[in-house]
Amino acid sequence: MDDLYREVIIEHYKNPGYRGKLDPHDISFADNNPLCGDHIQIDLRVDAGGVVTDARFDGHGCAISQASADLLIESVIGKPLEEIKKLNKDDLLELLGIELGPVRLKCALLSLKVLKAGVYGLGEASDSLVE
Amino acid sequence: MPMSLNIKEIRKDFPILERETQSGVRLTYLDSTATSQKPLQVIEAMNDYYRRSNANIHRGVHTLAEEATAMYEGAREKIAKFINASSPREIIYTRNTTESINLVAYSWARANLKQGDLVILTEMEHHSNLVPWHMLQAERGIELDFIPVTDDGLLDLEVYKALLKRTPKLVSFTHMSNVLGTINPAGEIIRLGHEVGAIMLVDGAQSVPHLKVDVQALDADFYAFSAHKMCGPTGIGALHGKSALLEAMPPFMGGGDMIKEVKLRSFRPNTLPHKFEAGTPAIAEAVGFGVAVDYLTKIGMDDIAAHEHEITSYALERLEEIPGVKLFGPSADKKGGVAAFTLEGVHPHDVAQILDRDGIAVRAGHHCAQPLHEKFSIPATSRASFYLYSTKEEVDLLVNGLYKVKEMFG
Repeated sequence: MDDLYREVIIEHYKNPGYRGKLDPHDISFADNNPLCGDHIQIDLRVDAGGVVTDARFDGHGCAISQASADLLIESVIGKPLEEIKKLNKDDLLELLGIELGPVRLKCALLSLKVLKAGVYGLGEASDSLVE
Repeated sequence: MPMSLNIKEIRKDFPILERETQSGVRLTYLDSTATSQKPLQVIEAMNDYYRRSNANIHRGVHTLAEEATAMYEGAREKIAKFINASSPREIIYTRNTTESINLVAYSWARANLKQGDLVILTEMEHHSNLVPWHMLQAERGIELDFIPVTDDGLLDLEVYKALLKRTPKLVSFTHMSNVLGTINPAGEIIRLGHEVGAIMLVDGAQSVPHLKVDVQALDADFYAFSAHKMCGPTGIGALHGKSALLEAMPPFMGGGDMIKEVKLRSFRPNTLPHKFEAGTPAIAEAVGFGVAVDYLTKIGMDDIAAHEHEITSYALERLEEIPGVKLFGPSADKKGGVAAFTLEGVHPHDVAQILDRDGIAVRAGHHCAQPLHEKFSIPATSRASFYLYSTKEEVDLLVNGLYKVKEMFG
C-alpha cells in the first residue's frame, strides 16, 4: 500500500481522538483552505504557566487535513505555547510520516497554520506561519 | 443523423492520452471540463507559426508581419463562423472567458449601470460570473439577484419570470454548468430577458466546446468562451458582442493597437474589434484557436455532442450502481459531459488522489462554484468530465477505481 494513505492516516481520519470543541477555552481559532474549502477550528486550554492543558479540533476536509489535525492536537497537549510557536512544516510532516506534493501539503498544513494563528492571536492563518 | 465518432482515430490526434502517469499506468483523462487536451493539429500549427511566421501583427509591412496578421485575423473569421456571429468584427480576443466577462463588467456595465440597477445571475455560476459583479456592486451599488437552482439541478424559470418584473438591466448566466452539467435553455432565458429590455450575457465556457452554438439564433448580446476548453491553447478566449453594443462601449484597456490616433493629451479609439485589443496579443494562441475550431468543425459538433451524451449516460448509469455514490445535476438528457458526485465517508480530495494512482485524472473541490456547493450543503465534489476522445472503457476504469477507494476507507 502507498505511503499517503498508510493505516495511521486512515485511522486518525475515521476515528479521531481529539475531534470536538472546548468550552470554556482560552484560545480558539478557525480558518479555511481556499483551494478546497477544508475547514479547521482549534480550541486550546492554557494554564497560568503558558502550557496547553487540553486541546480539540473540529471541521471538515480530506483525510490528510483531518488526520493531520488530530495528530497535531495530540502532540501539543502538555506543550508550552512558546514551543508551539516554533513548530514548522517539517515538524508536522514528521508527525504524519508521509511525503506530500504541493497541493496536498496545503491540506496537511492547514491545522498547523490555524493553531499558530490562534496562539499568536492573528486574524488570518497565513502560509508564512509554517515555513 | 449524428454519426458515431471514430474514437480510435480521434485518440491518435491526442498524443498525451498515450502517456503514462507512472510506470505502467496509462493516463485516463477525465478532467476536460477544467481544460481539454490538445490535438496534434493545434500543437503543430502553433509550432509552425513560431518556426515560420512569427512577427508582430497589424503594423508591419514585411512578409512575416503580413503573414502573422493574416493568420491572426483568419482565425477570428473561423471563430466567428463557428458560433455563427454575423461578422468577425463582433469577435474580441481576450485571455479567457473570465476576461471576456470582465470586459463587459468594466466597459459596458460601468458605462451603463448606476446605483440600484438590478443584475440577475444564477446560483449555478462559476466564480468568474459572480466576482466581477460583486466588485461592481461594491463600487457602484448595483443590486444582484439570483435565479435559484432546483434540487434536480435546473434553473427555476418561474422565479426568473418573477425577477424579470423588477426590470433588470443585465442578466448574466451560464449556458452549461461546469459542475451540474445542466444545459440551460439559453434561447428562452434570453427571449424572456429581452422582453423587459435586459442586456443578455452568456458564459459559454462549457457550451461552445460541446454543443453547436449559434449566437444569432440565441440572440445573445454578449457571449463569452475560452479556447483551452475546446482543444485550443490556454491564454486566449473570445467575447462575442453585438456590434451596435460594442461600438457604443468605451475601450477596456488602453495601449497599442486599440487606437486610431494618439496625441500627447488624447487618443481616438480604433474600430472594432481592435478597440478592445490593447497591446501585442496572443498571436500563436489565436492561430491555435483557429485550428481548434477547424478540428471540431471537421469532426462535427452534432456528432461530438452525441458521443458525449452516450458516454455521459453510461457514466451516470455505472456511477449510480456504486453504493454510497451520490450524483449531482439533472438526468443525462438535460446535461453535458459532466458527472459530479460524492462518495459517502470519503472526501473528494482523497477520492481524486487515490484514483490518480491508477492514472485517472478527475477534479476534486468546489470547481470555482462555491455558492452552488453551499446550496447543496456539501463542501466539495469529485467531478469526472468527458469529451470527444473519452471512452466507455475509461468510465469502467473510473468505476473500478471508486470501488478501490471504498475498500481503502471501508
